[in-house]
Amino acid sequence: MASTGDLEPTHYPARRAAQVALHYLNTHHGSPFRVFGLQQVHKASAEDVEAGGRKYKLDFSVTDWASGSAGPALRCSADVLFPRTERHSAPDVKLRCEALQQINRTAQEEEAFYQKHITPDSAVSARDIPDSYGNMSEEMQPFWRLARVAASFIMLRESSENTEFNMAQVASVTQQESSEEQLMLEFVVLLHDLPSQEIVQWKLLASWSPDRGVRVLQTEWQPRCPHATKPPN
Amino acid sequence: MTLARKFNSSKMKGLLVLTALFVAVFGKKTFEGDQLLQITAKDEAQISLLKELSEQEHLGLDFWREPVHESLPVDVRVPFHSLQAVRAFLGYNQIQYNVMIMDVQDLLDDEQREMVKYRSFPRSTDDFVYTTYHDLNSINSFIDMLVAENSNLVSKIVIGQSYENRPLNVLKFSTGANRPGIWIDTGIHSREWVTQASGIWFAKKIVTDYGRDPVLTDILSNYDIFLEIVTNPDGFAYTHSNDRMWRKTRKPNSGSSCVGVDPNRNWDAGFGGAGSSSNPCTETYRGPSAHSEPEVKAIVDFVKSHGKLKAFVSIHNYSQMLLYPYGYTSTPAMDQAELHELARRAVTALQSLYSTRYTYGSIITTIYQASGGTIDWTYNQGIKYSYTFELRDTGRYGFLLPADQIVPTAEETWLALMAIMEHTRNNPY
Repeated sequence: MASTGDLEPTHYPARRAAQVALHYLNTHHGSPFRVFGLQQVHKASAEDVEAGGRKYKLDFSVTDWASGSAGPALRCSADVLFPRTERHSAPDVKLRCEALQQINRTAQEEEAFYQKHITPDSAVSARDIPDSYGNMSEEMQPFWRLARVAASFIMLRESSENTEFNMAQVASVTQQESSEEQLMLEFVVLLHDLPSQEIVQWKLLASWSPDRGVRVLQTEWQPRCPHATKPPN
Repeated sequence: MTLARKFNSSKMKGLLVLTALFVAVFGKKTFEGDQLLQITAKDEAQISLLKELSEQEHLGLDFWREPVHESLPVDVRVPFHSLQAVRAFLGYNQIQYNVMIMDVQDLLDDEQREMVKYRSFPRSTDDFVYTTYHDLNSINSFIDMLVAENSNLVSKIVIGQSYENRPLNVLKFSTGANRPGIWIDTGIHSREWVTQASGIWFAKKIVTDYGRDPVLTDILSNYDIFLEIVTNPDGFAYTHSNDRMWRKTRKPNSGSSCVGVDPNRNWDAGFGGAGSSSNPCTETYRGPSAHSEPEVKAIVDFVKSHGKLKAFVSIHNYSQMLLYPYGYTSTPAMDQAELHELARRAVTALQSLYSTRYTYGSIITTIYQASGGTIDWTYNQGIKYSYTFELRDTGRYGFLLPADQIVPTAEETWLALMAIMEHTRNNPY
């Protein structure tokens, strides 16, 4: 279904490439108080490149989910290159967003959150965020956002032209012992891929501090056995 | 958190009110006109005055927090008959106070109503809570109540049984015999909970607006509406009992330990082609043959025997899209131009309510290639106005959409459905 040249901005080829750019944006600028979501693709085009990949040029707008409906839209442009290699390799993204530097209103919240949980007796542990009914406590919101940002590292790495990932749920978060003044969090996340409709489970270890941002230290794909019959009791 | 702030939290208030309710139940009192005052004494002298006040038995004051020290607020329920005297006393002595509860009985009545609402068994569809997700039993009760309350307009048809022998219930809204029909289904993919929840809301909306909204009343004077709220009941029960993310049916697959077929890849339209899977352990497994799933076959049989359905809408989430055929081929549908224009109008109507951004187009160009899909089959059967919705959101919460978005989602979607139904009614074929 690949077409070269201008792409319909509302159709999936442009949208999938834009989501990849979003994952990249979140890995670089996401925090417990900032997660970007795609608002709209304005313009898109694609062309095959010499090395055997496909490069998308995108013009799109994003919003910060943490600022609710009050938040302004940010205009971004990106080049997203999907390589065509034998084995899957991560897409390459070059991204520019206007006014990124200006959004530092979250510094206070980040510092307060960091101070609260860097103490040795902080031992956050929770499951199913949000729960089946879409409920999430306010206390858990920054942890959900952290998981979403950390998951973006995986989603970015695993993306191709045939995938469209979102984070379906945080199955669990378990705080580990802080290290080098970084919050250390072990997450199990459920990712949802739209085209295949598969739910994929990943365990990951992430660190965060206001200075260093989010880093993902370990990732481990985990099998789910949902398609199997229930084991006899 | 100071004591005052703690009390001000509605949870705390609720607790105290419930205590008062128990008192009311046991003491058979009523609290009409009674007010709850929070008094802030500024010094020892004012505390003494308040202690004296508390000893005036004829006033019938009920201290929830006694006067102890000027740093601690005093909460007192003042019976209606004593209000004037007490407020005069406080005013004369320049003792500061706030009215925390204007009418204690009102608050108790509200609490009663809330408690009744959240009871397991609402007594009517007016009692039913539309702002929360329900389980299968609750939805089936709702269906029966709706029919009982509106028996001149609504009936229940059982079009078949699921694999695990659950009834496949369809609500029929009809004002006369031998009419052409409009079909709406929700919950064919069980994890898409906002769709079943919206289906419940649509059902109530139809009975509420019939006879009040001229457009809907006119539609129902010419067409029947069929609504299947839980199109995949086995899967739905499984999302409650075992796996919130279950999508497919629950029929075992021979030769495999993996269960279930994707009911939206099981239809006889491009069946077996690209855009569905042959592996039973995948979410888009097409099944051993077209219409192999009883949940699908029941609808197929219904559509064929009815013979006069003119619009067919199958509702999913998420992605915020309104889609028309085809999913299995890039060949445009014969009526593409009209379907595209109607989709544009339906989306415009939807967006007018909460500015929710929707995209629209054919399945294969807009979302992904999918073979064996519902509306490809219905369209090929001659049901021209065949549409699929993908409701809120665009991936932030996805399947786990917060319950407070159920009603806004249903409300905006209804506007799009009305646009489609109205166009169907105005363009008979």
